[in-house]
Formats: sequence, structure tokens, C-alpha cells
Amino acid sequence: MKRDIILAGVGGQGILSIAAIIGYAAVESDLNLKQAEVHGMSQRGGDVQSHLRISDKNIYSDLIPQGGADIILGVEPMEALRYKPYLSENGWFITNETPVLNIPNYPEMKDIKIEMEKFPNKIILDADQIAKEVGSSRSMNMVMLGAVADKLGIEYDKLEDGIKFLFGRKGEKVVEANLKALQQGRESAK
Amino acid sequence: MKKLLLLGDEAVGQGALDAGLSGAYGYPGTPSTEIIEYIQRNKEAAAKKVHRTWSANEKTAMEEALGMSYAGKRAIVTMKHVGLNVAADPYMNSALTGANGGVIVAVADDPSMHSSQNEQDSRYYAKFSQMAALEPSDQQEAYDMCFYAFELSEKYHQPVMLRLTTRLAHSRSGVIRKASVTENKKHMPANPDQFMLLPAFARKNYQHLLAIQNDLNEESERSPFNKYFDGNDKSLGIVASGLAYNYLMENFVDEASSHPIMKISQYPLPRKQIEKITNECDNILVIEEGMPLIEEMIKGFLGNSIKVKGRLDGTLPRAGELNPQIVRKALGKPALKSNKMPEIVTNRPPALCNGCPHIDTFKALNEVTKEYGKGHVFSDIGCYTLGYLPPYSAIDTCVDMGASLSMAVGAADAGLFPSIAAIGDSTFGHSGITPLLDAVKAKSNIVVIIMDNDTTAMTGMQDSQVTGSIESICLGIGVEKEHIRVITPLKKNHEENVKIIQEEVNYHGVSVIIPRRPCIHVYAKRKRK
Repeated sequence: MKRDIILAGVGGQGILSIAAIIGYAAVESDLNLKQAEVHGMSQRGGDVQSHLRISDKNIYSDLIPQGGADIILGVEPMEALRYKPYLSENGWFITNETPVLNIPNYPEMKDIKIEMEKFPNKIILDADQIAKEVGSSRSMNMVMLGAVADKLGIEYDKLEDGIKFLFGRKGEKVVEANLKALQQGRESAK
Repeated sequence: MKKLLLLGDEAVGQGALDAGLSGAYGYPGTPSTEIIEYIQRNKEAAAKKVHRTWSANEKTAMEEALGMSYAGKRAIVTMKHVGLNVAADPYMNSALTGANGGVIVAVADDPSMHSSQNEQDSRYYAKFSQMAALEPSDQQEAYDMCFYAFELSEKYHQPVMLRLTTRLAHSRSGVIRKASVTENKKHMPANPDQFMLLPAFARKNYQHLLAIQNDLNEESERSPFNKYFDGNDKSLGIVASGLAYNYLMENFVDEASSHPIMKISQYPLPRKQIEKITNECDNILVIEEGMPLIEEMIKGFLGNSIKVKGRLDGTLPRAGELNPQIVRKALGKPALKSNKMPEIVTNRPPALCNGCPHIDTFKALNEVTKEYGKGHVFSDIGCYTLGYLPPYSAIDTCVDMGASLSMAVGAADAGLFPSIAAIGDSTFGHSGITPLLDAVKAKSNIVVIIMDNDTTAMTGMQDSQVTGSIESICLGIGVEKEHIRVITPLKKNHEENVKIIQEEVNYHGVSVIIPRRPCIHVYAKRKRK
């Protein structure tokens, strides 16, 4: 069992929380894990990515080789497209379709859509909208975690445990909101 | 024992703590920051009262660690690669004083300059100082090496460098803890003159440093972190150090390498083992993260004895960090099938956050400087360096910590008017105070803008040493009271702020303007509490 996942988004969108929860769930499932993330300057509204590798075998490289990723998980569509060279032939392209428009030359959405359609295996969600609908607009990242949940090779309740672990100190309400977003993301991806 | 999921930096923090640490010293700098942050929020560290507050800069941190070592206890000092330049004076001399309590100099290099001004390789400093160095390949080694490093440091009474690189520092993996070591009791150096570097003593200490080089080499020869894996195909031997070893082994998950492999994680370079692989193999491929240190050493100046491939002959790129595909190619393996990035994807550079106080400062500053043209604002290292980018385009230089002030002084000496320095509060505390003293003594015609956002923002909201004392520092140095102006960078104050900056530009002498408003992240954090 091996899953190489590229997480992609814009600084501040919460991909590190996604990574932390999958990481927690992987360790709880006795799997090996390596997860490389970006700190420092790029976190100020720039593009951020995380390489997340899960395996029942020894993992060497902290980075996923180009052409080796099983999944691209994007919380922003152009950022998900940025890592296309990493995706393996039959890999899954899973992304939120709501753009972050913090640059003047963002491409036309119709072009983004054309590019996204090219992937043979894809799940494209309006995760911002779904998060709003479940009453937790800040939990967009958990909607996207839900969308990938059934493709991780990790039991779903381990992800729930991860949310409880990560958000526990923020109180019951925050945990519940995130669990709900996770569930809705999972449903929407079906 | 249960695995902890730790960043490479955090593994060093936990390792140092478990290995009997009494004090952690450092200045924040990507990718090293999380070592001390981890120790700061660790409950056991708090219970044991391990020293763990930030220092003013890397030099003071290095010296403070040396002081703790003098008193017999174990200390770690942390910094990014360019921070070691700041700490270079005490660092180089610490090889001569040596250590009493164990000292780990943990330096995190940033090849490819993800968040840095250069990609210097700290292993050259280790070689320069003739200090032993360790280069972990994964998080577990980073943890284990802290125990080993303290023991090695106390065995030879020498500080030991622990060299990390970005991808290890900021990558998480499972780490298994070992039984903790108790802290050293306070004890003075056996030789009371050990830390006295008057020339007569320094010469003696230097002879000692030279004399133990063979011993340090022997330690490398039998190091548990340097490993030799034999292979039948001797047409090529591969030497891989630190993190590069992982990129190499990534290619041998399913089948073992047919070529001999030498993994290097401890320096000085183990001579006998390197001789073995170079004698046995027709060609040598050296894979190392950073600059070609091992490659140059094996190749020698003339490079005519052994066929060495690596960064110097183009087998690997001369600059930048390694990755799995680069190493795969160097091994002659075909690339994995992959698609190109869609052409519509554009760059998304980092930017100042919405509501950032620097934005209002730069807007006011731009209004004043526009009549003088481009090229008048010397700046520094921090979030505000992003003020170079449009739409602000407010600053013109970024060299090293504190250089905004000193360069403004030099440019004013050359007749540049106005000559303006723009520096952050934490950077001012790090290296801005001494050039301000120069400016006051020389009566330089400069305007210094100290942007006080109450924190060390770029590296993630660490305390700033000068919070609450910037005005008194400036006054104490001798800046005139009426030319220390505090402004609040807000849109509604724009006109007034422009006027104040203009007034100080017109004043012939040293002016300090302090735009003061907390970083929006600090503000949000306080509001939540």
C-alpha cells in the first residue's frame, strides 16, 4: 500500500491542517509517513504545496518524484493545475474549483475548466459553497479532505480522530463543524 | 514506544531535550525556527526550566551557548545558514576554546533559496573551523544524532555542528524516542584557561585542535551514521550525503543497487572509507545537497586521478536543491512518464497580507520619495522585503540583516539625498543598533524607518527583543528626541504620515520614524485570547 499525494493551495487556505490530519491518521494506522511542507516567505499569500507520502514500506525521499503522485488534492484550482507534472498517468485530480484571486493576471476561469477537464480521473467540487451550506465557511479545507477520504487507504474514523485531535483545544463547536464539513465533502465526492 | 510525528527541526528539539539539554539559544530564521519553537512549547522543557527564549541575534546566541557550556551544561544553538555568518566570530573561535558541557551548533541550510538570500553550505564552515559535523538523512537520525553529538562534544571538548537542509527541517515523519539523559550538573572547565584566547593560549589550543583531527577522522570511520553498502558492479561507486542519500535510495525501493554505495552523515570525511570506494570503483558519482564539498575533496584541485561525477561536471545541476527526478537522471534511469504544467498557470508570488501595516507605511513613503525618483530606500530582511514588489515598489535593496541602515549611511556619505533606511523592529534589534550608532556619531543625513509590528513576522510571530524599547534605544544612542517620530500606519493617517516623513527628510541629520501597528496576525491572535 502506497499513496503519494500532492497538496496544493495558497498560503492561509489550510493545507497544513489537511496534512496534519492525514498524518495523524496514518500514524494511528501504523503506516509510514513523510510529509514535506513549505514554511517562511511563501506562506504570505503565495503558492504553497505539501508532499505527503504514506506507505506500509520504508519511505526514503521526502519529495514525490514527478510523474509519481497518486493524487493531487487542491484547495484552489490553478494551484492544483500547477502540480500536474507530478501526477501519475492514472492518478486522481481532486480540487476545489473556487479560485483565490489575489494576483492581477489570474487566468480565465473557462481556461481553468478546460484544463481540469483533461484529467481522466477527477473530482471537482465547489468546496467553498459546500462549507457555507453546512454552516462552516472556514472549513473548506475539511470538505476537500472529505473528498479524498475514500481514496487514502485509511479508515474514515481515523480521519475523524485526527480532526478531534487537531481541533480539540478549540472546543466542541469547532470540532463538530469540521466533522460535518468532512462528511459533506465525502458525500459530495461520491 | 509510540512514534511521534515530527518535523526534522522538531526532531532536533526533542532529541536535544531528551539528551540532557539545559539551554537552547537562537534567532528565528527559515528553515531553522521550529527547533526552538518546539522546545518553547514543550511541557517537559518548561518543567525542567530549560532556557528557551530567543536571542537578539545569532552571534549573541552562539556566545550564550558557549557560556552555558563553560559552566558545564549542555547547550544547543540554532540558526539558518546565513545566521552562521553573523555568528561566525564566536563560532570559529569556539573551535579553539572548545566546549566544557556539550554544544550542538544546529544550522539549517536553504539550498534553492526558498526563503533566503543565498544558498551557502554550512559544511564548508565545519571544514573551515575543523569541527566535526553531522548531517542527518532523516528525522530519526536527526533525533538520534543529538545524543551522539553531545557525547562526541564532551569526549573531545569540542562543539559539534548539526547540519540540516530545508527538506528535512520542514518534513514530518515518525520518530521513536530513547530513554532521556539527565542534565549535567554545573561544573567548571578542568583547565581554567580553556576559554582564554590570549595569543599564547590560542596557539596552544590551535595545536590541540590540529592534533585531534586524526581522532575526529577515526570517529567518522566508525560512525554509526556513515554506512558502506557493497555492490557487484564496480563500474560506478556512489557517495551520497545527508538528505541526498534518500533521493538515491528512492530509486532502489524494489531492487537493491548493483553499485557500491557510501552514505556520509558524519564529517570530517572518513578517509579510509572514501579510499576504499574510490580504489574499488572505476567511476564515482557524488550526490550531496548543497555545494560540491565532498566532490571537490575527492576530485582534488587537478581532478586528474579519479573520475568523479557530480555537480562540477554537470551530471547534477551546479546550483539548487536536489530532488528525486534530478538524482534519477544522474543514475541514468529514464524519467517517470509525466505531463507538462498547463501554460495558463501563472506565478503567485508571496505578498503583504491584506491589512498589513507595512502597506500603509510604504504608501506614505512612496508619496514622499516620488519627487526624488527611484533608488533612495535601503531595506532589509523581513516581510517588508515584499515591499519591493508591485504595486508598492517602495524599496530598492535587501542584502543582509541590518544592511539597510549601514548602506544608507554609506550612500549619504556619497551624497545621495534622501538616503532612507527601512527596517523591521526585530531586524533592528538583531543588527540595526550598531549602524545607528555609527550614523549618530558621524551625523549622517539619513532617515531611518523602523517598522514596528510588535513581532518577528516573516518567520511566524516570534517575540521581538526590542518590543517596548525602540525609542529608548534610539535616545540612548543619541538620536535627538524631536527627531524620533512615532506614527500609526493607517489609511486615515496617510496625509499626516506623509507630512511627518517629508519633515524628517528635510531635516539634515539622523531622523528615526517609527510606524507602529501590530502585525494583523498578532492582532488577530490577541483578539482571540
